[in-house]
Amino acid sequence: MKLITAIIQEDRLDNVREALIQADITRISVSRISGHGRQEDIEIYRGRRIAPNLLPKIKIEIAVNEAFVDPAIDAIIASARHGEGQIGDGKIFVTPLEECVRIRTKERGCSAI
Amino acid sequence: MKLTRYWALFLFLCIGLFASDAAAAEHVTDSGTTAWMLTATTLVLLMVPGLAMFYGGLVRTKNVLGTMMHSFAAMVVIGVLWPTIGYSLSFGEGLLGGFIGWNPDYVLLRGIDDAITDAGIPEYVFAMFQGKFAIIAPALIAGAIAERVSFRGYVLFIALWSVFIYSPICHWVWAEDGFLFNMGPAGAIDFAGGTVVHISSGISALVAALYLGARRGYPRNVMHPNNLVMTLIGAGLLWVGWFGFNAGSAVASDLDTARALTATQIAAASGAFAWIIIEAMLYNKATSLGMVSGIISGLVAITPAAGVVQPGGAIIIGAVSALVCFLAIQLKNRLGYDDSLDAFGIHGVGGIVGALVLVFFIRESWMSEAVIAAGGSWTVWQQLGIQAAAVLVTVVYAGVVTLLLLFITEKTVGFRLGEAGEMSGMDHSLHGEHGYGLINPN
Repeated sequence: MKLITAIIQEDRLDNVREALIQADITRISVSRISGHGRQEDIEIYRGRRIAPNLLPKIKIEIAVNEAFVDPAIDAIIASARHGEGQIGDGKIFVTPLEECVRIRTKERGCSAI
Repeated sequence: MKLTRYWALFLFLCIGLFASDAAAAEHVTDSGTTAWMLTATTLVLLMVPGLAMFYGGLVRTKNVLGTMMHSFAAMVVIGVLWPTIGYSLSFGEGLLGGFIGWNPDYVLLRGIDDAITDAGIPEYVFAMFQGKFAIIAPALIAGAIAERVSFRGYVLFIALWSVFIYSPICHWVWAEDGFLFNMGPAGAIDFAGGTVVHISSGISALVAALYLGARRGYPRNVMHPNNLVMTLIGAGLLWVGWFGFNAGSAVASDLDTARALTATQIAAASGAFAWIIIEAMLYNKATSLGMVSGIISGLVAITPAAGVVQPGGAIIIGAVSALVCFLAIQLKNRLGYDDSLDAFGIHGVGGIVGALVLVFFIRESWMSEAVIAAGGSWTVWQQLGIQAAAVLVTVVYAGVVTLLLLFITEKTVGFRLGEAGEMSGMDHSLHGEHGYGLINPN
């Protein structure tokens, strides 16, 4: 089991969700976050250049079984990029997932995902 | 070359401004009426940001600014267009057989600098009061085409709509030589704009929703309102502003004003009451969105009627309108067309209900005057015929011309937003902003 955490830009959320649904991945959590990586956001206010700022981003978390890791990553990459790819398109982190429990049935492991 | 043309235009306007003849003030300003009409003008303007909040709360987060911009854009675009030519087209003398008004003195409001109307208010106040109605009418249409139109297309469309639909209908109904104003012994009853504002914009909204097609994913995907709190505040502002809209339409500060205000208050409450009763019976829950929908449906229906009905009639008109609007929205869900925020379902349907049902509740003094004007006999059924004719004329004219304007807009600057822009949301794709920046840490 793996936990996929993807940081993407706000305007691609619907694209990524649709791409994931196409790849049969329907159970996701989405949150609004702020942060910045290499993307620069220099804006000009009344002639002054303002340094990079915290930018609004979307975080998607998906817990998947091994077979779905690559399809999920491919779907996110294909749908979250702007054109041929721009700085700020985001990142995907994949971390091992130790346990998963469905609260309603107390199921554990792969079948609970 | 282009520059010289602009200069020529500028000079032409300057000459026009200084050449305006000073019409002698024949009437004296009535300070009481003027004070109330200034207040009413302000209240009607307050409805526009109210509408922005009402609609803005109902769309998805990614479209909140774009949707609120639709209301504000009407304030801006019509705010320029109305004093330039709109007032002249609506309230000038009849042209083309009374199809539309025109008075060159009203261009840029030049000729009314010293004018005081018969009602004892400066004509500026009347022109500005009427201008607020011209602003809110096209802004209502935005509800039917929410979340899927380009900004430039919208701006062009409301400008064309104002000139080719609002001004003619306004002239027919409210100008002293308008043919609906003079139909029958006492005219088609449209006290504060049931046909001019609500039916015309409601029908145009329906045509626009059908022409532009549904939002991507509708009705399969659920599209939740992003902020019902804001919608409720907006509805409250609309209710308050509606006192200016209806009670101001008496263009007086007297008994008629009081009657209109009373009917307005009662119909709004009655509409909301009926709606939550319906919801309670069907779903065992009264919703906040249902309550505000009922408020608006009651207010819309009483708009044409506020001057002629008594409190008992206002209660029934409000409740009937809520019931019919509720059914219309159920029917919309069954048919599957995407009138996104129910601009037709509430304003079109409620306006038609009000314009027709009012005949059964006209106060006796009004009817007896109509009887005298008709020369002996005038029944509610005859008046119903007049009302139905006015509704039919408005529906057919607004529907057909809207279709034409939609076609023109789509083929020139483009109206429907592209798929990518619609998916990422209007705020990002059209305005480069996002609505709720304050919830970010910095």
